[in-house]
Amino acid sequence: MVDFTSGFWTWFISLTTIVSIIGLFIFLIKCSKRSADEDPDNVKTMGHVWDGDLEEYNNPLPTWWFYWFVITLVWGAIYLVLYPGLGSFAGVLGWTQVNQLENEMQVADDKYGPIYEQYLNTDIATLAKDDAALKVGERIYASYCTTCHGSDARGGRGFPNLRDDDWLYGGKPENIKTTLLNGRQAAMPAWGEILSKDEIFNLTSYVEKLAGREVDSMHASLGGELFKTNCAMCHGAEGKGNYMFGAPNLTDDIWLYGGSQKKITETLVVGRNGKMPAHKEFLGEAKIHVLTAYIYSLSNN
Amino acid sequence: MTDNGTYNYKVVRQFAIMTIVWGVVGMLVGVIIAAQLAWPALNLDIPWLTFGRLRPLHTNAVIFAFGGSALFASSYYIVQHTCHARLFSDKLAAFTFWGWQAIIVCAAITFPLGITQGKEYAELVWPIDLLITVVWVAYAFVFFGTVMKRKVKHIYVANWFFAAFILTIAVLHIFNNLAIPTSYLHSYSIYAGVQDAMVQWWYGHNAVGFFLTAGFLGMMYYFVPKLAGRPVYSYRLSIVHFWALTFTYIWAGPHHLHYTALPDWAQSLGMVMSIILLAPSWGGMINGMMTLSGAWHKLRTDPVLRMMIVSLSFYGMSTFEGPMMAIKTVNALSHYTDWTIGHVHSGALGWVAFISLGCMYYMIPRLYGRTIYSVKLIEVHFWISTIGIVLYIVAMWVAGIMQGLMWRAVNDDGTLTYSFIESVEAMHPFYIIRFLGGVLFLSGTLVMAYNIWKTIVGSTPVTTAIPEPVGAH
Repeated sequence: MVDFTSGFWTWFISLTTIVSIIGLFIFLIKCSKRSADEDPDNVKTMGHVWDGDLEEYNNPLPTWWFYWFVITLVWGAIYLVLYPGLGSFAGVLGWTQVNQLENEMQVADDKYGPIYEQYLNTDIATLAKDDAALKVGERIYASYCTTCHGSDARGGRGFPNLRDDDWLYGGKPENIKTTLLNGRQAAMPAWGEILSKDEIFNLTSYVEKLAGREVDSMHASLGGELFKTNCAMCHGAEGKGNYMFGAPNLTDDIWLYGGSQKKITETLVVGRNGKMPAHKEFLGEAKIHVLTAYIYSLSNN
Repeated sequence: MTDNGTYNYKVVRQFAIMTIVWGVVGMLVGVIIAAQLAWPALNLDIPWLTFGRLRPLHTNAVIFAFGGSALFASSYYIVQHTCHARLFSDKLAAFTFWGWQAIIVCAAITFPLGITQGKEYAELVWPIDLLITVVWVAYAFVFFGTVMKRKVKHIYVANWFFAAFILTIAVLHIFNNLAIPTSYLHSYSIYAGVQDAMVQWWYGHNAVGFFLTAGFLGMMYYFVPKLAGRPVYSYRLSIVHFWALTFTYIWAGPHHLHYTALPDWAQSLGMVMSIILLAPSWGGMINGMMTLSGAWHKLRTDPVLRMMIVSLSFYGMSTFEGPMMAIKTVNALSHYTDWTIGHVHSGALGWVAFISLGCMYYMIPRLYGRTIYSVKLIEVHFWISTIGIVLYIVAMWVAGIMQGLMWRAVNDDGTLTYSFIESVEAMHPFYIIRFLGGVLFLSGTLVMAYNIWKTIVGSTPVTTAIPEPVGAH
């Protein structure tokens, strides 16, 4: 990748580099020359004295060191002929880091692709009972999913637990596969600007009641009215949620962002926008098929 | 005998003492964050003590507070002695001392508060950067002013290295920190994207090359011949390696950015020049070690000389390791692993800290007109710290190579064999060993601090008359 703004830079870089390497070489040769009257067996000091007793011998350069220096210079010059380095000159081998990556990816796809392709013909529920496929799925999970959903797949705050039977977008194999392929974007609006503090409090009471808790019945019933007009559209009249919107079931006492009164209030006030990224381009359908089987197996085996 | 006046030892004493103080502080913070890596709960859930804030405090404290004070102290001592002249300006020299200490205090306050500009080894925010610039210019005036006053025609080799270090650090510091302030504590770098990264590592690598190498080679060129009582091995070698080292180092920064958005050509040049840097780096080590020929027996009896020669060995080892790690294929394994941390510490503990502490053992008794309180304790210090370095480096080698191999291991279906967290778990025992290595190194330094304290307590500062140069008329 070369993005020079003008041809000048290629010349500037190339000439500076070439002159530098040749210059170092000439400098080294020049300094290694001994004058005719030098006797290597009887090296004299330079004749300067500092601070009472600091002096300098003028021993010749160690031969092995000299040649080592020469070898690195020659090696450097050869490298710059073979590989990119001198401005926009691509190097004889035509290597770039991008084509190195593409080649390695191609080799890997050719080698490992068929392993995943073979699973595509088997339906997910069957694969979820196939130990070999599950092993592969588990490894994919460990590489790409643990950062958010945890190495035990039990999730965390804002990241769903994948081992329970509670699903935001549906737990059927095809639902899970769609989630993995295309990602999901939740949209719980922020009600803090729309509803008053009292209304939020009442609504919180109603949501707690839905989860089966003991709450003040007056506040809860006021909250129930608000729920009907504002929340039921997504969460359903009974608060059992809706896979289409990714609206959670509010009656099961499973909470993505915390179930304390304080946390429920916070969710209502600021809203939530959980995002599951799409993996279709990144992993390809075949790997996702196997991964789906693994995730499905977590709550169905 | 003509009266040439006296040396300015006051500022040297001040910097020398602060070298020990900041050494202990910086290493202690290092030990704390090493412990946090092994036992993360040790940040105690207090924001000011979290790893991300203490780590820059550690690096800045050891590099700029400890290393910096050692460089000021030794360069002021050496330039006076080898030029047969008092420092150019006592007031300006005093300003560099108090200015530098003020900068360190600012760092110690801002980093735990999380105030940083996020550039590695250049984390200090812009007002402090300006103060650094002012102090550094004053330092240049003092140093070069003294060189101008010299009574000997030839400039001693140690001063070449200090001169290169002072000039280059000024350029690096200024250009890397060019920024547009948005508030008193925040600014935006004037460079964008990969150019910012390149300038940062041009700075970052040469902070190693000039701050942590050239300056310390200056120390080596004075104290090793002094302690050995022998002339420097080869004037000609010092010329070749000085010019080749200073010229080549400045190219090497891109090896920190292999396999990134940095264009291929820049990566290659950084790598090629890093390899070419190998021989010039070793030139200094050869010149130091060969200076001992005819005086090898002194290594048995003089623990300070031994400390310096061991430090040269670590210098040779890490300047061999560095070019190897700059090779793309090696870097593909080593980058982002603890191998890098091990490499840095073989240079930082083995080379920089040992040569600096060796200098302090030489200078401080002379600055206070005493002999060292206990040679035995120097031996104790030497051995404890050497074992500490070895534990540290070996732990990080093993950990780093293991990490690199774990990250690239794949199963027969092409999936990764290990998840990231498994590689973190695998590091745990090595993090404990590294912590122990750090504790040992710090303990050695504390032994030294005690030894120095016993040496100078109750002494009266010395004033030393400047002698006439040998052979001068």
